[in-house]
Amino acid sequence: MRALVWHGKEDIRCDSVTDPQIEDDRDAIIKITSCAICGSDLHLFHNLIPAMLPGDIMGHESMGEVVEVGAAAKAKLKKGDRVVIPFTIQCGECEQCQRGNFSLCQRTNRKGNLGDKAFGHRTAGLFGYTHLTGGYPGGQAEYLRVPFADTTHIKVPDGIDDEKLLFLSDILPTGWQAAVQADIQPGDTVAVWGCGPVGQMTIRSAILLGAEQIIAIDHLPERLSMAAAAGAVTINFETESVIERLNELTGGEGPHKCIDAVGSESHVNMGQPDTLLDRAKQMVMLENDRPHVLREMIYACRPGGVISIIGVYTGLADKIPMGQSMNKGLTFRMAQAHVPRWTDDLLRRIEDDQIDPSFVITHKVDLSDGPEMYRTFRDKADSCIKVMLKP
Amino acid sequence: MPITNTTQIARSKGDPRIVRKGPSSLTGSDRLARALGWFSIGLGLTELMAPGFIARTLGLESKEGLIRAYGARELASAVPTLSVDKPVGLASRIAGDVLDLATLSSALRPGNAKRDNAAIAFALVIGVTLLDLVAFAEVKASHGRERGTQRDYSDRSGLPRGPQASRGLARRDFDTPPDYRAEGSVADAVPATAP
Ligand SMILES: NC(=O)c1ccc[n+]([C@@H]2O[C@H](COP(=O)([O-])OP(=O)(O)OC[C@H]3O[C@@H](n4cnc5c(N)ncnc54)[C@H](O)[C@@H]3O)[C@@H](O)[C@H]2O)c1
Ligand SMILES: [Zn+2]
Ligand SMILES: [Zn+2]
Repeated sequence: MRALVWHGKEDIRCDSVTDPQIEDDRDAIIKITSCAICGSDLHLFHNLIPAMLPGDIMGHESMGEVVEVGAAAKAKLKKGDRVVIPFTIQCGECEQCQRGNFSLCQRTNRKGNLGDKAFGHRTAGLFGYTHLTGGYPGGQAEYLRVPFADTTHIKVPDGIDDEKLLFLSDILPTGWQAAVQADIQPGDTVAVWGCGPVGQMTIRSAILLGAEQIIAIDHLPERLSMAAAAGAVTINFETESVIERLNELTGGEGPHKCIDAVGSESHVNMGQPDTLLDRAKQMVMLENDRPHVLREMIYACRPGGVISIIGVYTGLADKIPMGQSMNKGLTFRMAQAHVPRWTDDLLRRIEDDQIDPSFVITHKVDLSDGPEMYRTFRDKADSCIKVMLKP
Repeated sequence: MPITNTTQIARSKGDPRIVRKGPSSLTGSDRLARALGWFSIGLGLTELMAPGFIARTLGLESKEGLIRAYGARELASAVPTLSVDKPVGLASRIAGDVLDLATLSSALRPGNAKRDNAAIAFALVIGVTLLDLVAFAEVKASHGRERGTQRDYSDRSGLPRGPQASRGLARRDFDTPPDYRAEGSVADAVPATAP
């Protein structure tokens, strides 16, 4: 089959690879009908998480049709079922799964020892996302082996386009969890840093959850225009002072809730000199992440407010103002999304026309154009926001 | 150092294996930049470790310290050249090329016995400078945000009922789960006392 394969930093190729096979009774094989490139894939494209092996298949946002089912998954899945595959792999039985913390499943990381070493304790297996989380081949491919398939799928009805359903795999529940983590209340002002696909879904989720005012921060005009389309007030951090504008828009009190949908790779620019220093340190391996957004959120947030982090951080980050956080009594919440915890509810909201996640797609191309699309998405060229790939 | 090198992690047995490789996302200019980055490392290490040899070869005997400093400079510009931010590295390489040429031109003075060597080195640096300029221009062009069209998405709300009518729609049937609550007031928290 064809698949997008990681060969090294900035080196992704559409290779021919051997087809996946059922390896365990709980496995299923999916024929992928649609998949997508995620901001998280860019961290791997940039080799920020140095736990990839050349030959690893990328991708953790995919959907398709079940073509083969292991004996133990037959009660839940059958050939021909239409499914979206969450980026988290979950057993459904361990203590974390029982609590709904699916991205923390204790059993599905088949390289758990590596996870234990890196994080202190292992977290869930993830598709196409380094050997720290199991080294599972990803779904930017024609076929995907889904381990623990009886609990790692979202069944979706026929009659709704892939475009509307695909993002149940990641960015829709991720944006939703970013908003839920902030415990949004009617009357809240919610500031969202980053208007990439995750930020866009977060903004829509915050609206559905009743936020009174949403402030969206980015520097790319086309992304800000998409944020404004959902009613957000926008701040362009390259031409305006984020802190001043946030104070202006909140009567000097600061937003109640601050959401980081940027993560590790904050834009490096002269106007934000800390990002230059972080970038330099990152190059010589003195720091893994560029936490500019974290610093800004902590400073801007109203005392007693909530900091919700959904952008991915990869390792060590310097100069996090713990003094401000402590004295302002801020609550921090963060996680990889616990995808299936939210997807039944979100599927219903799609069917009910409360949200149509397809708005975010700007590029739809054949899988073989994937390598080129990684560059376009990374460079934010051609007004690219979300790339959907068709195997 | 990749964790995968130090932990002997290997691909799991059943996973798909490459049969035939396809074209890469790396462009020609990316590869040229990489080659120049590695060249910087090679040259930088030589300048740091054998400045005396270089000085003698070029007739620049008094400039050993300077050559060593240039070695450090080469290594410093190799880091960004090999990183995702190639234009920064290539720009600093170009600035370095200018310094190298200035220093070498002093070795082209008529009295220098090693003038021929210096002339060869000068020509080589001119060649490398041209490569740096080409790489810089091409990397800038192939990774520019300017590629393609500038679009406006102000008609893409993603909320079929419109932003105003959608506000709070989910509150009808969704409450923040208890394990995600952060809000509340003292009135909720303090148990009512009997009068
Ligand atoms: N927690 C999860 O489960 C989960 C799931 C998916 C993605 N993510 C993460 O979410 C993040 C965003 O993903 P995406 O797909 O939207 O990526 P993206 O790269 O398309 O979007 C990031 C956006 O942040 C903007 N940005 C950069 N610096 C900024 C700053 N200082 N202030 C404001 N905005 C800034 C960029 O211009 C860009 O538009 C990534 O870190 C990704 O790894 C997390
Ligand atoms: Zn993702
Ligand atoms: Zn589990």
